[in-house]
Amino acid sequence: MTEEIIIAGFGGQGVLSMGKILAYSGVMQNQEVSWMPSYGPEMRGGTANVTVIISDERISSPIIHEFDTAIILNQQSLDKFENTVKPGGLLLFDPNGITRPPQRKDINIYSIEGAEEAAKMGNPKTFNMIVMGAYIKIRPIVKMENVQKGLEKSLPERHHKLIPMNLDAIQVGMDKVVKFAVN
Amino acid sequence: MADIEIKDIIKKENLVYSKSKILTDNEMHYCPGCSHGTSHKLVAEVIEEMGIQEKTIGISPVGCSVLAYNYLDIDWQQAAHGRAPALATAAKRLMPDHFVFTYQGDGDLASIGTAEILHACNRGENITVIFVNNAIYGMTGGQMAPTTLIGMPTATSPYGREAALHGFPLKITELIAQLPGVAYVTRQSVHTPAAARKAKKAIRKGFENQEKKIGTSFIEIVSTCSSGWKLSPVASNQWMEEHMFKFYPLGDLKDAERDNEADYKKYIE
Amino acid sequence: MGELKLMKGNEVIAEAAIRYGADGYFGYPITPQSEIMETLMAQKPWETTGMVVLQAESEVASINMLYGGAACGKRVMTSSSSPGLSLMLEGVSYLAGAELPCLLVNVVRGGPGLGTIQPSQADYFQATKGGGHGDYQIIVLAPASVQEMNDFVGLGFDLAFKYRIPSLILSDGVIGQMMEKVEVSDYKPRWTDEEIQKISGSWATTGKTKNRERHIATSLDLQAEKMEEHNHKLQAKYREIEKNEVRYEEFQTDDAEYLLVAYGSSARICQKSVTLLRQKGIKVGLLRPITVWPFPSQRIAELANQVKGMLAVEMSAGQMVMDVKLAVNGKIPVSHFGRYGGVVHSPGEVVEAFEKQFLGGK
Repeated sequence: MTEEIIIAGFGGQGVLSMGKILAYSGVMQNQEVSWMPSYGPEMRGGTANVTVIISDERISSPIIHEFDTAIILNQQSLDKFENTVKPGGLLLFDPNGITRPPQRKDINIYSIEGAEEAAKMGNPKTFNMIVMGAYIKIRPIVKMENVQKGLEKSLPERHHKLIPMNLDAIQVGMDKVVKFAVN
Repeated sequence: MADIEIKDIIKKENLVYSKSKILTDNEMHYCPGCSHGTSHKLVAEVIEEMGIQEKTIGISPVGCSVLAYNYLDIDWQQAAHGRAPALATAAKRLMPDHFVFTYQGDGDLASIGTAEILHACNRGENITVIFVNNAIYGMTGGQMAPTTLIGMPTATSPYGREAALHGFPLKITELIAQLPGVAYVTRQSVHTPAAARKAKKAIRKGFENQEKKIGTSFIEIVSTCSSGWKLSPVASNQWMEEHMFKFYPLGDLKDAERDNEADYKKYIE
Repeated sequence: MGELKLMKGNEVIAEAAIRYGADGYFGYPITPQSEIMETLMAQKPWETTGMVVLQAESEVASINMLYGGAACGKRVMTSSSSPGLSLMLEGVSYLAGAELPCLLVNVVRGGPGLGTIQPSQADYFQATKGGGHGDYQIIVLAPASVQEMNDFVGLGFDLAFKYRIPSLILSDGVIGQMMEKVEVSDYKPRWTDEEIQKISGSWATTGKTKNRERHIATSLDLQAEKMEEHNHKLQAKYREIEKNEVRYEEFQTDDAEYLLVAYGSSARICQKSVTLLRQKGIKVGLLRPITVWPFPSQRIAELANQVKGMLAVEMSAGQMVMDVKLAVNGKIPVSHFGRYGGVVHSPGEVVEAFEKQFLGGK
């Protein structure tokens, strides 16, 4: 099994940390992982994306231009990455702020109202875990127990009290993810 | 009265002066009238009197005193031009019980090495800096230094230094004295026995400050360069007294301990 | 077995230095490697191992702090990215001349000039051909994974002290910024004063004692004949390193009819290209130099008897390819491909370039 994922959105949406928690979950179940961010001066507000690869085998190139899955959190990223999903692959997006929805018919498209659900939970910071929950629901590549371990490893100890809330958010994402039909 | 033979005079009990054991027997390459020889001797005597030969690291510069390591029998590091304070910073931080000093000329310290000396002093490194200022580049043949006085002819200011063309002479010692990390700043000379005695006291104080860990000690020695100035040794001393001391007045600029300023401590607390 | 972590290449350099028992780090911030000093400052190793960490006023000061620390027999290091390394080269030449061991890290970014902060491999010449003035070499290790960023800290220090020479980890923005699973080394204590005397007591400036001559860390000799003699000694040491320390890795070369040669992150990309080409039935292999100086010239010369052509793939306009050509010495065609200026080539682009070069642009 090799899963090649691009996660893309605005800086500050938790794109990089979602990737890190996914990658750590992979480490916790003894898989090979790589996490390669776009990096630049745009720390907040600009575009941010990260390529995560989780595999049973040694990972060759951490830099790839085609993906099994694209997790898309803004319009710019949708425009940029929709065509990089391999045929038969997965595109998961949050419709919030999307004015030109995805068009491809040869891939599986799902949507998750991440921003809306996070607002309902009363904490916008749960956004990325809601989206991650939606992803794990569709592609259960990491086990929940390993996600919990991944959270423990990637969050500093002083934030461990936030783990239950993150797990709740993941559950919300799993419950609320829906198939998106291209017209 | 019997004739006194020379062998009767050269006896241990008749000894009134001897060269410091820290000075090697190597013949110095410095020109007649140069202040480096006396300055070296004073540093050597301080090291010997404090009994710190085994714990002293000298950092030599690029310039006339690049070969200082031939003359003082201690461990030495020879630095790239201007970088001696960076070497000293690391040596002292990695071996805090050792005595570390830089020995730098005015081209090395006040021109190419301005950043390194300012920042080492600003960090309050517990080192001693011996700054030999003769207002000229001696080793490369008498070119203008940042410290060259207005009107002074040099190989690269043959008609005399003009402020409009070459900029002003730099009083780096005054700049250094303002830094809170610096504990002791003084300006001395070695052109008379009395001046040399005072300079030696200052150097000793600079080394003792390392034990107290109170910040950087900076000792400028206003010096002559007979070859660069194209004057005899005696005329050089006269010229120095008349011109150099006017612009670079001798005396202490800062003694945090004496003045009870404790600037450094104030900042670290 | 050491602890398993998910870390950035840059972070692991810092972690590995502390765990290896390094004595000092002196550096200046520059993207894309600032996490190295940030991690060290956050870890506060001066409270645990006693390691000194100092943010210097410039790269010029940093490298000269290394000179001061290395001359004391301490294990000292710095890190920077391309423009910073350019500033350090004077100091590297002095360190090489004075035969002082130390560890340098270059997380290479695109140039020339201020260039870009994105990954590049365009500092190969600077690293392997001296860079600074005078006839000198430094050992250059090229990591292709976060694990090797960890491993080469120890290896770099070991080789540096074995030969009294600076070692350089030639990384790039990909390896520095990427996170991977890494098995971090166990903690080792820093050298004691007694150990330093045992290892470097014949030259280190630790204070002149009664029973020995004074030690002088210097690269100066005004007599040309003596300087030539010193140069002969350096060259003999470099030949010794070329004999003993060449490291490389091969991937599917056994039956290869063509060879890709790539180091660092480009080698990772090429590994995927090999797989893609083999899926098309083309027998391609990959040779990855791990040391780019000393360069695996001999093995490349051997492979020139086996394969029909070689493609050097690097994120530069063609630097390492010169060493490949020297090793092949005209026997078979050697060409170069690479995106540069901060652009990273994809495995597919390498496949296309290969096909164009050797299979008539299929």
